[in-house]
Amino acid sequence: MTMTENSGGAPLVRLEGVNKHFGPLHVLRDIDLSVGRGEVVVVIGPSGSGKSTLCRVINRLETIDGGSIVFDGQELPAEGRALARLRSEVGMVFQSFNLFSHKTILENVTLGPVRVRKVSRQQAEQRGMELLERVGIASQADKYPAQLSGGQQQRAAIARALAMDPKMILFDEPTSALDPEMVQEVLDVMTGLARDGMTMMVVTHEMGFARRAANRVVFMADGQIVEEGEPSEFFTQPSTERARDFLSKILTH
Amino acid sequence: MEAVVDELPVILGAFWLTVKLTVVSGVISLVWGIVLAAMRVSPLPVLRGAGAVYVSVLRNTPLTLIIVFCGLGLGTVMNVQFSRDDLSLNSFWLSIIGLSAYTSAFVCEVVRSGINTVPLGQAEAARAIGLTFLQTLRLVILPQAVRTVIAPLGTLLNALVKNTTVAAAIGVMEAALRMKNLFDAHGDAIIPIFLGFAAGFVVLTLPMNLLAGRLARRLAVVR
Repeated sequence: MTMTENSGGAPLVRLEGVNKHFGPLHVLRDIDLSVGRGEVVVVIGPSGSGKSTLCRVINRLETIDGGSIVFDGQELPAEGRALARLRSEVGMVFQSFNLFSHKTILENVTLGPVRVRKVSRQQAEQRGMELLERVGIASQADKYPAQLSGGQQQRAAIARALAMDPKMILFDEPTSALDPEMVQEVLDVMTGLARDGMTMMVVTHEMGFARRAANRVVFMADGQIVEEGEPSEFFTQPSTERARDFLSKILTH
Repeated sequence: MEAVVDELPVILGAFWLTVKLTVVSGVISLVWGIVLAAMRVSPLPVLRGAGAVYVSVLRNTPLTLIIVFCGLGLGTVMNVQFSRDDLSLNSFWLSIIGLSAYTSAFVCEVVRSGINTVPLGQAEAARAIGLTFLQTLRLVILPQAVRTVIAPLGTLLNALVKNTTVAAAIGVMEAALRMKNLFDAHGDAIIPIFLGFAAGFVVLTLPMNLLAGRLARRLAVVR
């Protein structure tokens, strides 16, 4: 990865003309999008607009039908070890946490470093505990996922992603499955990451988080990027009818 | 009743052979069955197809035919030999091949059903941290899949204990064949001898069932 070290202003991820179908459904239409290093991009839009799919094509959990995705100067590998290596550099946090149910919280966090990065178990555990400390659940390290609250599980999932030292983290509706009182603790951790300069792409309905932490808001509808801009601008004076309509529905109640 | 007592060492010897058949073919079936299940969920169509063909052929052929084929086809015609001078050792290993080939097809299907109970998100999370397909299967999917199917695997093992009697067809002196020989030697004590052997099988299978039930409860994955 030496060639990318000095890429300066080049974006970390660049999507060009990306298209994706699910059967007859055209879920991504000619998506052009770049995410710069250290940038926090929040993707919002009505359900079914393709936000989650957009997030998932970046580490190729979904394949694309057309266009190109370049991550850190390299076209996304199609499969095999090269793809596994790419994925180890892109963290992912899921709506339903997806912690490994048969492993303790600490084991969840150390599995990747030990098996993918070949870090020694002792070193991985030490770093794992630091990360669990950082997300505020160090005392839960030896418990199993099912013994934790949703908010704690999601924070553990963030620690699991961080343990790989990713260049970027994708958040696919990280707070949508949480009870309302647990949303804030997860958003706080994410805001902290954003402040520390992590490159993030966040699909969310949390407009407060978007205002506070995002560098850029991307509004999607019907598989297209309808509008993008700085949060302050987007939320106060959206330029498209679709965005105005969407905002009026979610901000008035 | 004396017949049973008098022949006890012989009976125990026969059951020892039954246990050996069960344990050896049980271990082979478990390993091979898991490999087959991995083939059937692999991304490679060739492996998926091969696994599917294997399972449908072996699962739908009577065990007696498979064992007889192993004894005559492999042993006599194709001259597969495990020992030049010990014929009983030869038929022992040939029947192990048959029992394992047959049982593994069922293990495969049980494990595959276990794999289907593991939520897709588990595999996605594993792939998302950069684990390869085999690592995902070995470290995340199979440990959870196998735990959910311990009870049905116990049932398969139970069936295997009893299926070892089919090895009698190619002259392996396990419990069933020994029982028939004892019937010939003690024509006046057929019922006591039968009851003795039946009890022997219960002694083998019952604790196994209890153990499987307990293991299934203890290792259950809580979601």
